[in-house]
Amino acid sequence: MIYQGKQKIWSEYQKEIPDDHWFYVRSCIRQSFFPGAEKHFLKITRDLLGKDIYETEHHTTCGGIAYHCDTIPQETAMTIVARQFALMTEAGYENLVASCITSFGNYCETIETWREFPELEARIREHLWKACRREFKVPKYVAHASDLIYKFRGEIAEKAKFHLVNKATGEPLRIVEHIGCHYSKMFPHKGVGGAEYPCVLSGMAEAWGGEVIDYPERRHCCGFGFRQYLVRANRGYSMSNTHKKFESMEPYHPDVIITNCPGCPFFLDRWQYVISETEGKTYGQNGYGIPVLTYEELAGLVLGYDPWDLGLQMHQVAVEPLLDKMGVPYEPSKKYLGLDEKEIMKPGLPTVLKCC
Amino acid sequence: MGKLYEELCKDYRFKEGMHTCINCGTCTAICPAAEFYRYDPRKIVDTVQRQNDEEIEALLKSETIWYCGECMSCVTRCPRKNGAGLIIMALRNLSIKLGYFTESEKGRQIYPLTRVLTGNVLKLGYCVHPATYKYEDHPESGPVYEWVLNNKEEVFGRLGANYRGQGTGILREIPQNDLDELQAIFDETGGTERIKLVEEASRKKAAEMGMTPDEYASYAFTHCSRGHFNSEKETL
Repeated sequence: MIYQGKQKIWSEYQKEIPDDHWFYVRSCIRQSFFPGAEKHFLKITRDLLGKDIYETEHHTTCGGIAYHCDTIPQETAMTIVARQFALMTEAGYENLVASCITSFGNYCETIETWREFPELEARIREHLWKACRREFKVPKYVAHASDLIYKFRGEIAEKAKFHLVNKATGEPLRIVEHIGCHYSKMFPHKGVGGAEYPCVLSGMAEAWGGEVIDYPERRHCCGFGFRQYLVRANRGYSMSNTHKKFESMEPYHPDVIITNCPGCPFFLDRWQYVISETEGKTYGQNGYGIPVLTYEELAGLVLGYDPWDLGLQMHQVAVEPLLDKMGVPYEPSKKYLGLDEKEIMKPGLPTVLKCC
Repeated sequence: MGKLYEELCKDYRFKEGMHTCINCGTCTAICPAAEFYRYDPRKIVDTVQRQNDEEIEALLKSETIWYCGECMSCVTRCPRKNGAGLIIMALRNLSIKLGYFTESEKGRQIYPLTRVLTGNVLKLGYCVHPATYKYEDHPESGPVYEWVLNNKEEVFGRLGANYRGQGTGILREIPQNDLDELQAIFDETGGTERIKLVEEASRKKAAEMGMTPDEYASYAFTHCSRGHFNSEKETL
């Protein structure tokens, strides 16, 4: 499409996301901590919207976390990525959708570096052929899974059973959105809205009735920092950065935080628990925390899926205050059931942070 | 131009990240690490661009190159399109290649990180997986995740995962043929050589420190001396 004038200026911040036919690659962290989110991404895109999202059992980790912890060389990381591209090519797809921001950044970094240094792409092709006897085409389009939910936010709004509105007051819910650094800080043109106006999550929140909060540390890192979380001795870095964000957003009284990257919701959820245990401080109302949801979980609630099917029981911060505000029904006794509604032992309770 | 600087110039992240630094300090202002750690990306980029091998060697043996979280917030904001985070990745890579990483407390953490992460990638096909995520190493994951880990089949099964099953799906077992391909990629691209190098240098340092490799890995994973943070009076 050819744009002119103001349209041309804004086109730099927009993405023309293909409508259909995606090769899907999963996220190590989302599968481990938010499995219901991945399940519902497919349920929404495939079953509800009828999109073709293809998954092969042969895909693996992209190696992104090992790469950003400096434990594997760049060429190892790029050849793992090239193998994913080969699986996509063999399956007959041209568009790749990743369920993880670290992966999305890793795929973008690989493609952009090859674009600038074609000799490196040639070397990786040789590595992949020698190691796996595979060849590949570079994807025509790489999306993060949230790009698709953003693209179809209007269709989701049309099918909404619940809105991001306080049922008791009729006021929009106050939403904090957290994009995740590797979505658009490295390659701004790859993210919806770029690094300056990222709207992948705010677009969803507003389409579903919420009001987005702009607070001072809105774009600050969640504090993952790869080695700064994974090594126990470094976790002070991780928690300090999350703490900085919570102190900054607290005066705006958010009802919920929504996140793009699969790691960020883990840190924004769990460090609230640790801050409450170590400092006795909670950031939500009446001793609760601020619920932290992934975009698929939020879309799932809007569409009326059961909160415990979405996996919201795997969060440490209780989500019930949000469900009550939205008017989403839930069965408290079913929260911690196992497979086929089997009764299993319930989790222990935090000392300070209120849970339902 | 010194030899170490020449080595850095071969790294594509260095080629992408090192142009001409004007010392404005924007990277330091935006940096989440600089706020808490005694870390100043502006100084690091400036040191590197002086191309002095003695200074670069000191940097490769220092704590400071390990403070960055690789969030890449600096990449967005640099008015000269440098990437301090990318330069850090190149410095860390060289520090590991030359065995200098064992000279600093934060550098020594590469040993437990390599063991866990490359172990997960090569044995499971995942970087992170509940099968190797231990609650005792991650008490911050809370009582709810302790419950998940104690009931993996039940909880993941209830949420529609294909936990360690065949075929597609959440947390499926990656077929052995695919794991073999990952191993072949590591062998071909220097990943396996890197693991051996880290293992050998770390074992040597462990012996110097009077520890077994396991004690050394555990100490590197858990010990944090005072003096890393801006808020502390002590210096390292």
